[in-house]
Amino acid sequence: MKERRFAVAPLAAGLLAGALLAPIAATAATLTIATVNNPDMLVMQKLSPAFTKETGIKLNWVVLPENTLRQRVTTDIATHAGSFDIVTIGTYEAPLWAKNHWLDPVGNLGAAYDLADIFPSVRAGLSYNRTLYAVPFYAESSMTYYRKDLFKAAGLTMPAHPTYDEIKTFADKLTDPAKGIYGVCLRGLPGWGENMAYLTTLVNTFGGEWFNMKWEPQLTSPAWEKAITFYVDLMKKDGPPNATSNGFTENLALFSTGKCGMWIDATVAAGYLYDPAKSKVAADVAVAPAPTDVTPHGAHWLWSWALAIPVSSRQAVDARKFLAWATSKSYIGLVGRTQGWVAVPPGTRESTYKNPEYLKAAPFAPLVEQMILSADPLHPTMNPVPYTGVQFVGIPEFQGIGTTVGQDIAAALAGRETVAQALQSAEASTRRTMTEAGYIK
Amino acid sequence: MQHDKAPLSGAIAAWIVACLMFFPILWMTVTAFKTEGEAVAIPPIILFRPVLQSFAAATAQSGYLLFAANSVIVSFASTALAILIAFPAAYAMAFQPGKRTKDLLVWMLSTKMLPPVGVLVPVYLIFRDAGLLDTRAGLVIVDTLMNLPIVVWMLFSFFRDIPRDILEAARMDGVGPRGQMTHLLLPLASPGIASAALLAIILSWNESFWSINLTAAHAGTLAAYIARYSAPEGLFWAKLSAASVLAVAPILLFGSLAQRRLVRGLTVGAVK
Repeated sequence: MKERRFAVAPLAAGLLAGALLAPIAATAATLTIATVNNPDMLVMQKLSPAFTKETGIKLNWVVLPENTLRQRVTTDIATHAGSFDIVTIGTYEAPLWAKNHWLDPVGNLGAAYDLADIFPSVRAGLSYNRTLYAVPFYAESSMTYYRKDLFKAAGLTMPAHPTYDEIKTFADKLTDPAKGIYGVCLRGLPGWGENMAYLTTLVNTFGGEWFNMKWEPQLTSPAWEKAITFYVDLMKKDGPPNATSNGFTENLALFSTGKCGMWIDATVAAGYLYDPAKSKVAADVAVAPAPTDVTPHGAHWLWSWALAIPVSSRQAVDARKFLAWATSKSYIGLVGRTQGWVAVPPGTRESTYKNPEYLKAAPFAPLVEQMILSADPLHPTMNPVPYTGVQFVGIPEFQGIGTTVGQDIAAALAGRETVAQALQSAEASTRRTMTEAGYIK
Repeated sequence: MQHDKAPLSGAIAAWIVACLMFFPILWMTVTAFKTEGEAVAIPPIILFRPVLQSFAAATAQSGYLLFAANSVIVSFASTALAILIAFPAAYAMAFQPGKRTKDLLVWMLSTKMLPPVGVLVPVYLIFRDAGLLDTRAGLVIVDTLMNLPIVVWMLFSFFRDIPRDILEAARMDGVGPRGQMTHLLLPLASPGIASAALLAIILSWNESFWSINLTAAHAGTLAAYIARYSAPEGLFWAKLSAASVLAVAPILLFGSLAQRRLVRGLTVGAVK
C-alpha cells in the first residue's frame, strides 16, 4: 500500500508539470485577435477559415466585453507585451491611441484594397493627423425607427425630416398602455456609450455642447437644460417603465417584440428589425432620419468598429494581410453569398451601397448611407468646440465623465432628482475632472 | 401545538429564502434553453419549447473544452501548491509560535484586502519578462498566492484544535517535525485539509480578474469564457446563460460530490 502511494505521487506531479509546461501553440504564422462579441464579429470568426486556407496564417480569437477589452488591450500595449497582433477598437479610441503612438498606420494595404471606396467620414473618424490608424469593419450612424401600422392606425405620417417637436406629438398619440405600446423608446441605461451616446446627439441638435473653446463644461447651459427636460418629460409620459435599465439591447428587444411606436438608435439595428426570423415587426418597420431641433449639427452619430495593429505586435506584416482581407470588398461579397446580403457588415464601403443585391435585401440602406455620409465628427455642434466626435468627446477623460454624467441624468429620469439638480451635479463633477486633468487653468 | 408551529414557520421561511437564493441559477438554466428572442421577451416567457441551439453555439464557436480544461488544471494545481506551502507554515505557527506569529497571520490576511487592479501593471510586467503571460503556469502561481493566506489561516485554526499532547508524546519518542507532520498531523487534520482545499478550488475556479487580464488565447479559464458573451450590440442572453450553465456545471457537480466532507471539515472545531 505504502509503495503504491509513493509511486502515485511523483506520477501525478509529473502529469501536472507536463500539463502546465506543455508548449502551448506559438507558431510564427498565428495571429492573436482581440475583439468584442457582436453579430458582425461572429460572422467574421465563422468565415475566417477561408483566410487561413488562402494564406496559411492561423488565427486565435480573444473575445472580451467592450470595457474589459479596452483595459486589457491598453495594459498590453502600454507595457509592450505584444499579446495581440490585431485589436478591435472604435472611433473613440483610434485617434487617442494613435496620438499615444500605440498603433501602426494602416493607410497602405495594397493596390487591390481600394481605400478610396471607404466612406470619407468613416476614414476621418479613424484617422489622426490625416493618417489612417484603423480600418473599419462596420460603421453606423443613428436614425429613427417607427411602426408604419401604428402610424397608419393613428392617422399619422412620418415627415421626411422629423423634428423633436413632431416626435413628441407622435409619441403622445401612439402611447397606449392598455395594449402595452409605448410611443417612444430611448436609451436610459447610464454609461458614456449608452444613454450619453444618444443624449449627446440630442443636446447637439438642441444647440448645446459639452465644452466651450476654453474647455469649460456647459452642462448647465439653457440648451442642456432644455434638451434633458425634453427627454425626461417625453420618457416619463410616453416611454416604457424602468427606462433607466434600457440600453441598446433592451430597446432592440422591446421594439422587435412590438412594444415601441418609435425608437431612435443605431442604424445597425435595422438588419435585425427587418429580419422576419428575428423580429415580430419586420413587415411594419420603417426608417426616417434622426430628428433635429434648432440645428442639424451632431443630430446623428458616427461610430465604427475597426481593426488596428498595435505597435507591440510582432507579426505586423501578417496582421496587415488579415486587415486587408476582413475589410475588403471581396469579404463583403463572401458574407453576402454565404450568410445572406442583409447580414453584410454595413456602413463602410460605397460599393456595398451600389450593390443591387444588398439594396434589394436592405431597404433601409440608402438612408443609412445618407446618415453616415452626413455625420461630421469634426464639426459636431452648432457653436465651435475644441473637440471632435459626435456622440462623445475625443479626450481620454470622457469615458469617466460621460459615465458619471449618465448616472446623474438617469437619476433625473428615475425621479430621484430634478433635471436642474442632476445637471448641476454633472457640471460640478465634470469641472472638477477637467481642472484636475489640466484642461482648465 | 405552539411547539409544532414554530418549526413549520421556520421551515417555510427557510424554503422561501432558499428559493430566492436559488432563483437566479434556475432562471439562468431555463434561459439557456430558450431562443434569443424568447430570452429577452417582456413579459418573460414561462412556457416555451426548449431548444439546444444556445449550447451548440456556445460550444461550437468558442472552444469550451480548452477553457474547461484550463479551469480544472489551474484550480487543482494552484490548490495543491497552496496546501503544500501552507501545511508546514501552519504547522510552525500553530505548534512553534514565535513572538510575532499573530501579527504575521493578520498581515497575511490583510494582503487580501488589496484590490488586485492596484498591482495589475507590476504583475503584468513581471509576467511579461518571465514569459508567463497567457500560460497556465502563470495563472497557477497567481491563484496560489491569492489563496495562500486563507489556506494558511484555515489550516492554522484546524491545527490549533489538535491536542498538543499527541505531538509532544511523539516528540518524546524521537519523531522529528517531518514525521510529526506526515504521520500525525496529516491524518488528524485531513477533514480540515480537505475543506481548505475545496474552498481554494472554488475560489480559484471563480477567479476572473487575473484570468481575464493575464491570458489571451491559450490559458483563459471558464471565467474568461463567460466574459466573451457580454456584448455591446446584439442579443446574447440565451448564449450567455448557456455558457454560464456550462461553466458552473462541473464545479456544482464536484461540490455536491464533496459536500459531506466539506460540511464536516467546516464544522470541525466549531463546537469545542
